[in-house]
Amino acid sequence: MLKILKYSFYDLIRSRWSYVYFLFYLTLGFVLLFLNNDVSKAVITLMNVIIVLIPLIGTIFGVMYYYNSREFTELLLAQPIKRSSIFLGQYFGVAGSLTLSLVLGLGIPFVLYGLFRSNAIFDFTLLLVTGAFLTFIFVGLSFVIAISNENKIKGFGYAVLLWLFLAVVYDGLFLMSLIVFEEYPLDTFSLVATALNPIDLSRILILLKLDISALLGYTGAIFKKFFGTDIGFVVSMAILVLWTVLPTLGLLYKAKRKDF
Amino acid sequence: MGFQIGSANIWTVCNTCENNSIKETILRAAPHDTLLVKKGTYKEFELLVDKPLVIKGVGYPIVDGERKGEIFRITSDNVTLDGLFLINVGVSYTKDNAAIRVVQSKNFQIQNMVLEQLFFGIYLEKSSHGKVYHNRIIGNAVDEYNSGNGIQLWYSSDVEVAKNHVQGTRDGIYLEFSDRITITDNVSMDNLRYGLHFMFSNHDIYSNNTFENNGAGVAVMFSKFITMKDNTFRKNWGTAAYGMLLKEINDAEISGNTFEENTIGINIEGSNRIKYLNNDFINNGWAIRVIGACYTNSFKGNNFMYNSFDISYNSKLNDNVFEGNFWSSYTGYDLDKDGFGDVPYRPVKLFSYVVNRTPETIVLLRSLFMDIIDFSERVSPVFTPDNLKDAQPLMKIRS
Repeated sequence: MLKILKYSFYDLIRSRWSYVYFLFYLTLGFVLLFLNNDVSKAVITLMNVIIVLIPLIGTIFGVMYYYNSREFTELLLAQPIKRSSIFLGQYFGVAGSLTLSLVLGLGIPFVLYGLFRSNAIFDFTLLLVTGAFLTFIFVGLSFVIAISNENKIKGFGYAVLLWLFLAVVYDGLFLMSLIVFEEYPLDTFSLVATALNPIDLSRILILLKLDISALLGYTGAIFKKFFGTDIGFVVSMAILVLWTVLPTLGLLYKAKRKDF
Repeated sequence: MGFQIGSANIWTVCNTCENNSIKETILRAAPHDTLLVKKGTYKEFELLVDKPLVIKGVGYPIVDGERKGEIFRITSDNVTLDGLFLINVGVSYTKDNAAIRVVQSKNFQIQNMVLEQLFFGIYLEKSSHGKVYHNRIIGNAVDEYNSGNGIQLWYSSDVEVAKNHVQGTRDGIYLEFSDRITITDNVSMDNLRYGLHFMFSNHDIYSNNTFENNGAGVAVMFSKFITMKDNTFRKNWGTAAYGMLLKEINDAEISGNTFEENTIGINIEGSNRIKYLNNDFINNGWAIRVIGACYTNSFKGNNFMYNSFDISYNSKLNDNVFEGNFWSSYTGYDLDKDGFGDVPYRPVKLFSYVVNRTPETIVLLRSLFMDIIDFSERVSPVFTPDNLKDAQPLMKIRS
């Protein structure tokens, strides 16, 4: 598995797209810091970008890589290697290289602008950690989709739909149900609904660490009571881990049964 | 002994003098005399000033109340207190002990005082035509129930409160049933509850004050004809903090103020005929939050910059005028180059409307879905009041 991981990883590291992705974050980081020169404010702006873009790029990259390396995968399958290691290797290769681009791309400008001297370092780390989680989650999900669909167009379609659902539609449904059931106590419901969607969960986790959480008012206080404590933090991290593990297991399950 | 200058005596009080007690010297002094209190520590409390006197400290003598009760109680007209350092006022749950209490007096002057370790600071009761000038009040209030207000005016009128610095008390400056008060150039910060608190007080002016980092900002309630000019409201940040809270305020003028980094810049409830002119709203959560029953208000020439929400509104009815303001999130254009945008700006986001209806929805703050919805609502308003718009938004920031 490690060999394949290494191969996929180096393959991607050498590819143009990783550089583009890396350069995108690098410029984004520099431009943001150049424009307001305040590390903690830049973290807020970055949050918006990260929460929408990382899942999208993870999804598309994952599907694209799977379909592109299909022939190579078939070649590997002919060798005496375990199926799980082939697919896991590819998965970790893609997710790992994307995460590396993210961490380096954002890390370099922030470090240069004095991250270590500011008190935003914890918020920034949290931002990168959730970013990494989101990458792993969405690459995993897209691999599962790609492996279940021979048809590339269908696979792409489903993957983009999945992103659209989790990033936009889910919040829409969430909002609708909050308004429809406004007569009822909704605190537990909104807590659970937030925790179930990795994008919402990351957004709330970061928001609560920032000043802006005061805007959340009464509901925010409840959220803070849950997510702000150590237990809440552990629970939310556990949920993110679960979100990462489940697609991976799904990938293994699909890979084992698929007839190439 | 005192010696004569004109008709008034000057009495010198010091630790080693014949007159080593302020209290006894006050008893001995005749009306219109002057007491010069020399540097030193005087452990005295409940000093009753019942005749017109000037009590002046030289080199900030310390009057230590030893937490036994009130320090100065002024019951006569024409009393001046100047340059004393008062500490350790007694905390009581039945009496509002103050460092300086002025009762039914006129033409008093309290200046250059330093008050520390206090319960209530300067308490004016049914007094008028006085001046509270350049005092420094530093409290260490922790809980609301056992702390007092910095400067409190109760049934007082025509008083000038200027250049004071109040911090760490319950309410920095508190007015109740007090009319024609001028409050200028004060700094009120780090107070537990409100920096400035108005109740049932009319025709008052406050200007050039700074209110910073108070538990709940500034509250102006149930008052008429108040003028608020050129004040700064900063960093009143918290789940229940406001830059300024207006409740049942009519016919006021709010102009030239700066609201910066408050959770809510101005929270308006049941306030009518108020003019908001040339204010700056910068980096607030909500710049203006209108709760209900606010009619015939006009907002002109204000700068709204980088607020999470510019205006929040909870009804579909709008009787307020927005005109010629600068909005940092305005994206329109100005083809005829007259300085005003050609497309109207709609300051109420759909999201803020939704949040007003169902507060729980605030958890969707900064989600992509809300941005998309806000955008579509801005293009064609359905839920927000149709006529709530700035038809002449400024293209450039009003300087």
